[in-house]
Amino acid sequence: MNELIKLSAAELVEKLKSSEISSVEITQAHLDRIEATDGQTLDSADRSAGKDGLNAFLHTSAQQALQVAEEVDRARAAGEELPELAGVPIAIKDLIVTKGQPTTAASRMLEGWMSPYDGTVTQKVRAARMPILGKTNLDEFAMGSSTEHSAFGVTRNPWALDRIPGGSGGGSAVAVSAFQAPLALGTDTGGSIRQPAAVTGSVGVKPTYGSISRYGVIAMASSLDQVGPCTRTVLDAALLHEVVGGYDPKDSTSLNEPVGPYAAQAREGATEGGLKGLRVGIIKELNGDGFQAGVNARFNESIDLLKSAGAEIVEVSLPSVKEALGAYYLIMSSEVSSNLAKYDGVRFGLRKLPEEGPVTIERVMSATRAAGFGDEAKRRIILGTYALSAGYYDAYYGSAQKVRTLIQRDYAAAFEKCDVLVSPTAPTTAYKLGEKTEGDPMAMYLGDIATVPTNLAGVPSISIPAGLADEDGLPVGIQFTAPAHEDARLYRVGAGLEALLNNKWGAPLWAQMPDTESLIRDFDFGGAK
Amino acid sequence: MSEEILSFEEAMEKYDPVLGFEVHVELNTKTKMFDDAPNEFGDTPNTNITPVSLGLPGVLPVVNGKAVESAIKLGLALGCDIAEVSHFARKNYFYPDTPKNFQTSQFDEPIAENGSIDIELEDGTVFTVDIERAHMEEDAGKLNHMGGSTGRIQGAEFSLVDYNRAGVPLIEIVTRPIVGAGERAPELARAYVAAIREIVKNLGISDAKMERGNVRCDANVSLMPKGTTEFGTRTETKNVNSLRSVERAVRYEIQRHAAVLDSGQKIVQETRMWHEDTRETTAGRPKSDADDYRYFPEPDLVPVVTDSEWIERLRAELPEPPAERRRRLKADWGYSDEEFRDVVNAGAMDAIEETVAAGASPAVARKWWMGEIARIAKVREVDLAETGATAQTVVELNQLIEQKKINDKIARQVLEFVIAGEGSPAEIVEKRNLAVVSDDGALTAAIDDALAAMPDVADKIRGGKVQAAGAIVGQVMKATRGQADAGRVRELILEKLGVEG
Repeated sequence: MNELIKLSAAELVEKLKSSEISSVEITQAHLDRIEATDGQTLDSADRSAGKDGLNAFLHTSAQQALQVAEEVDRARAAGEELPELAGVPIAIKDLIVTKGQPTTAASRMLEGWMSPYDGTVTQKVRAARMPILGKTNLDEFAMGSSTEHSAFGVTRNPWALDRIPGGSGGGSAVAVSAFQAPLALGTDTGGSIRQPAAVTGSVGVKPTYGSISRYGVIAMASSLDQVGPCTRTVLDAALLHEVVGGYDPKDSTSLNEPVGPYAAQAREGATEGGLKGLRVGIIKELNGDGFQAGVNARFNESIDLLKSAGAEIVEVSLPSVKEALGAYYLIMSSEVSSNLAKYDGVRFGLRKLPEEGPVTIERVMSATRAAGFGDEAKRRIILGTYALSAGYYDAYYGSAQKVRTLIQRDYAAAFEKCDVLVSPTAPTTAYKLGEKTEGDPMAMYLGDIATVPTNLAGVPSISIPAGLADEDGLPVGIQFTAPAHEDARLYRVGAGLEALLNNKWGAPLWAQMPDTESLIRDFDFGGAK
Repeated sequence: MSEEILSFEEAMEKYDPVLGFEVHVELNTKTKMFDDAPNEFGDTPNTNITPVSLGLPGVLPVVNGKAVESAIKLGLALGCDIAEVSHFARKNYFYPDTPKNFQTSQFDEPIAENGSIDIELEDGTVFTVDIERAHMEEDAGKLNHMGGSTGRIQGAEFSLVDYNRAGVPLIEIVTRPIVGAGERAPELARAYVAAIREIVKNLGISDAKMERGNVRCDANVSLMPKGTTEFGTRTETKNVNSLRSVERAVRYEIQRHAAVLDSGQKIVQETRMWHEDTRETTAGRPKSDADDYRYFPEPDLVPVVTDSEWIERLRAELPEPPAERRRRLKADWGYSDEEFRDVVNAGAMDAIEETVAAGASPAVARKWWMGEIARIAKVREVDLAETGATAQTVVELNQLIEQKKINDKIARQVLEFVIAGEGSPAEIVEKRNLAVVSDDGALTAAIDDALAAMPDVADKIRGGKVQAAGAIVGQVMKATRGQADAGRVRELILEKLGVEG
């Protein structure tokens, strides 16, 4: 294994700038790592389930990535001025459209579909001259919390291969935590960046709604979806946010305000005294009860560290948060039912003819949707269709929107008393693959309890590693939330705690992660599925 | 199979009609409602599209600011209140002409509400029609049903979709129920749609061509027994694509409703399709108020916010309203009530205005547009403007007459040649050698011949019967193939015979 892959993006930038290493070397090292650990043959589109590896990638594009790397190296050699992250490779969640590479949303519905256009964040990544390694796995159309709902096989957690990597963005979280990519892009509708970060021991950020363009991000729930960085360090997340953030005239909901400075804030937060005087609010409703013991222990430890660094800890209440999950699943599924209506076999993607009987448009649409969507997608489409139906709209969608307003007010009130809010990111560490796919889907939904409120409120959150739970040795995440537009504050606070924890552990948490290649060698893939 | 209908007169004796209209106006903005694909009619199918018009995965809509301005202008012209904040919503239904399987429209918070317009019928009677709302939405693509005999979806083997029209900006204007039109209901229906067409054309916000579907009308009709006030069950007639169709369709539905009600049956609330060929409606799909489109606020768009400064600026830009313009032109031109009404009904107002502006007198402009050009338009069944005659044609023809280069009869021939595309009147006169024979020498020879051929007539004239000169003039005109100035010929004849004219 090439030790280059353990370097953070910020460290790679330094080495690139000093010409100590080339982008080609970096890119090749990550491609080799993907080849060695993902069970993915490079430049193939083999999406068969149960590959002998992490299966973080649905598609890799080695040639394209290396070509960009070569161009960057040449440009640097020629003394050209380059964007900050030029030459640092990145992985992109397969919910974001990319011209020249497949985009599937991990659904049979889009198998083989090639987007004729780039999403805005894709364009920004290209403009930043970052080699795109490939597209990462997810729950179908980002619907799920475990990546088990991908049509193309589960992604495995590098800390324990029989465990979920979180979801929906398990692929992006695993790609960075298993050193397949220094950076990745994810999307977060109810925790799809943060919960995978928590259970894989990595960093994930859901920015303020509107901070990053959604143009070219396959919509799940438009009023909640937000693109964000998946990384191993807070500073890297800040650097990536600066690349992809900013106003986009193609997205009416995008914020017209300056981007950053995020990296500068992250650097400042990590210095001694960076957290002094910070008021940290512990959310009463998201503390203690219903959270795994090891999660609570690591959370409390972090709070003690913050206190010791001069932060002031207060307790705040978000009374409406109890209703958040219910409101979230109604609003999200309502928007899903409409956003996913376009997948009907008429214009693109899968088209399935009825097996018998007349071939009418209704029957083709119906056969296509029956064959193309997985169970979780169907469940949410049906739930949302019901919630928007005449006679039920007020009771379901209408009430949910009222709860949303109350939650927004709760956050506004809480931020009167503190600068950031804090809670565990997820109630448990990574559970076993298959544990929650049978029976009651509510079991999986409950894992989103701490993450969905911030999507409903539109406020930014970051999840960083808080250590390993004593009972299972698996990563625990801690989540900070700031008022809308105050993303910079999160990078400052996140980097501050990260520095304190790394100092306490003597190394980043990932240093404790088992060697992935040995894990894969010893794992019985046949049995775990 | 035709349905039973009552005679219109009998229907009117027993029932009062209630009307309601939903008129869709396609805007003539450069780009579509929510993306920058060109808004052009008649191009090769599926060329005026972008990923957004096709609803590809990941795309987002952005509201066309020009379309919002058009909506505000129309709202103001209809006397509506303009909302400070209005929203878009999604109307969800599966149909292949709608790329996203939902239409982005305005639902409970439209941009314009509560207006009214005065509709003047041909005899000058004025009805006030109340406008409930005017809201913005997007058009659907166009389906072409192939392989069947009817061009309809029933019996078709397959259908082709053209998304060029998908996303074209629309404004839907919805009236409140119109009560009290009585037997004039069909006429009012036509006049209402004509007025809307005139208004949007005058505002310059739509090409307003009904034959292209720029203005489309859904006509709601219900009847209530005379003397009652509770509205009956309504039907909504679609596919009425000309002013004539609107009038006929409303008339037909009134007669059909009356027959159904008379037989003791109930009207089915449904969509009816108008067929101009048979001049009947047939049942479309049943439509109930419970049609569930699962409307909800469009999460990809932010509210449309207006302010008084913007609205007042647009109000200041509004052109003169058509009714006011008519009053002004009538006074300027000095036409009688009847003359002016004929001009309006013939759709000749614009042409006459342009012709007068180009230098002709109002009387001359009227003579041509209401005379020979109208006759040609009628024969060819086209609008005046579509004959190919222009203001310049009329001005030039008139100049040629005044300069005595041609006479009226020749001028009419020249007009035919202009319409046939042979060039300007002057060019045609030159090319075809149609100029009046004004060479007295040539005329004298022709007159001598005529006098010699008709000595008895010549004697009569000499004897003082001046009116007999007409026969000689006729003969000369014939000999010169009509190219002589008849007045001058007459003068020369009298001169020659030594008689005082």
